[in-house]
Amino acid sequence: MKNALKKGWLKKLLALAATYGVVQLLISVGIVNDYLQATLATICINMVLAVSLNLITGFTGQFSLGHAGFMSIGAYVCGIITLGNPTLPGFLLGVLAGAVVAAVVGCLVGLPTLRLRGDYLAIATLGMSEIIRIVFLNLEVTNGAAGLNGIPQFINWTWLFIFTAGTILLIVNFLHSSHGRACISIREDEIAAEAMGINTTKYKVISFTIGAFFAGVAGAMYASYFYFLKPDLFGFLKSVDILVIVVLGGMGSISGSIIAAVLLALISTVLQSFPELRMVIYSLVLVVIMIFRPQGLMGSREISLSLFKKWSEGLRGRKQKEVA
Amino acid sequence: MLEIKNINVHFGMIHALKDVSLTVNDGEIVTLIGANGAGKTTTLRTASGLKKPTSGSILLDGKDITAATPQDRVKMGISQVPEGRRVFSTMTVLENLELGAFLRRDKDGIARDLNTVYERFPILADRRRQAAGTLSGGEQQMLAMGRALMSRPKILFLDEPSMGLAPLLVQEIFDIIKAINETGTTILLVEQNASMALQVAHQAYVMETGSIVLSGTGTELSQSEEIKKAYLGG
Repeated sequence: MKNALKKGWLKKLLALAATYGVVQLLISVGIVNDYLQATLATICINMVLAVSLNLITGFTGQFSLGHAGFMSIGAYVCGIITLGNPTLPGFLLGVLAGAVVAAVVGCLVGLPTLRLRGDYLAIATLGMSEIIRIVFLNLEVTNGAAGLNGIPQFINWTWLFIFTAGTILLIVNFLHSSHGRACISIREDEIAAEAMGINTTKYKVISFTIGAFFAGVAGAMYASYFYFLKPDLFGFLKSVDILVIVVLGGMGSISGSIIAAVLLALISTVLQSFPELRMVIYSLVLVVIMIFRPQGLMGSREISLSLFKKWSEGLRGRKQKEVA
Repeated sequence: MLEIKNINVHFGMIHALKDVSLTVNDGEIVTLIGANGAGKTTTLRTASGLKKPTSGSILLDGKDITAATPQDRVKMGISQVPEGRRVFSTMTVLENLELGAFLRRDKDGIARDLNTVYERFPILADRRRQAAGTLSGGEQQMLAMGRALMSRPKILFLDEPSMGLAPLLVQEIFDIIKAINETGTTILLVEQNASMALQVAHQAYVMETGSIVLSGTGTELSQSEEIKKAYLGG
């Protein structure tokens, strides 16, 4: 945990600040217009969703198809609280409450279902997210199928950035802690992990709860940016969309999830101009990437300075060979 | 001292262990031999808490640990090298060893034990930054043993450490087992390679279809006609 923070933290901080500054500049100059800003929000929300699902599926090895369910909890709780108290503190309280409720539900669902393995767990989580959707469809406070409209928009680029960067930093630090290591060992070999004295059920539930918490944050971000919620938005297909980002980026790679979230949003945006062929091309891109990179864009590796060093050393090695 | 008293284990309708009892005295190597499916691994997994018995009891130094979780048993000093090695293949050798000490909090002690493991298995020191999945079978077996030693066990369970290894390596692994035992670690060894196991064992038990059918010292059993016929090839 300390290592991840210490190693080159200054460079990382500068890179983060630069990312924020450049986008902020582009927004204020007007190059990033309203339409691109919506894409930007989608990217940020998808990053939070993908990174949190990657913790559950890619790192802990628990195949979950219920992420949209946790997202909808965060979205509705934040939406309802912000509608009742349309102030910035009200919104922030909504984000926190949404995330906490999602985490509590995640924990309660995880305790019995995480004893299941593989496809059984996938079906159980799928059922769970459908139950959540049906509950929202029938509750009065969520306005049923008509949905919640006119949620005050408090989220802007600054808040999107804070939530997204915060989520990624917290999850990366968790993964570098001994608890994170325990989660990864469960993915690697559950029986061996248990033989090492790792309480596998406990760590599966922890990972599931943290994943649900940040899915709740993403839902709250969604509610505040797109100001309209209905249960249909959080169906089975939404969970699959998130899973596609994780698989495409690479199971067990945070950088992969980030890159895939950006890439898929950009492809989707570019294809807006060809509405008839949009989904065909989008699907083709997915198929082609999976054929050539079945392990995902990044596999289970991360982008880091040492990776660049390896690349440059490899290049230099090749050049030296050519010279010789 | 580990005592297993009259344990019965069921897998659904199948009665896998029938009144199995055995004793492992401190400082000894005790081996459990028998054919495939005799219940050797199940006995080990029940003793380490990965499988719950339907009846019977397990005692460690006189204390009943039948209800203890696998985590508690690791803390009490039971450590296990599972069948098929089961190293964490995408993690490095060092990360594997660190996970072996997962329940320990004494940093200095862990560092010292890491050095001891590296001294015992110099090849692991050379490969400490390498992914465990890229090691050879023998190296993975050494890693699995090193990982189990990192919890500083009083008693070490070894499940088929010779499985799938070349004869020369098997000899090396058995030498290491003896050496570990000589530093004071008690060993419960499950093996299909009966002749090798009987050579190093102080005490031996023979299992057949879920029951213990014979027991004695390693030398006694290796000279018994019955054992020679059934397990030693002549």
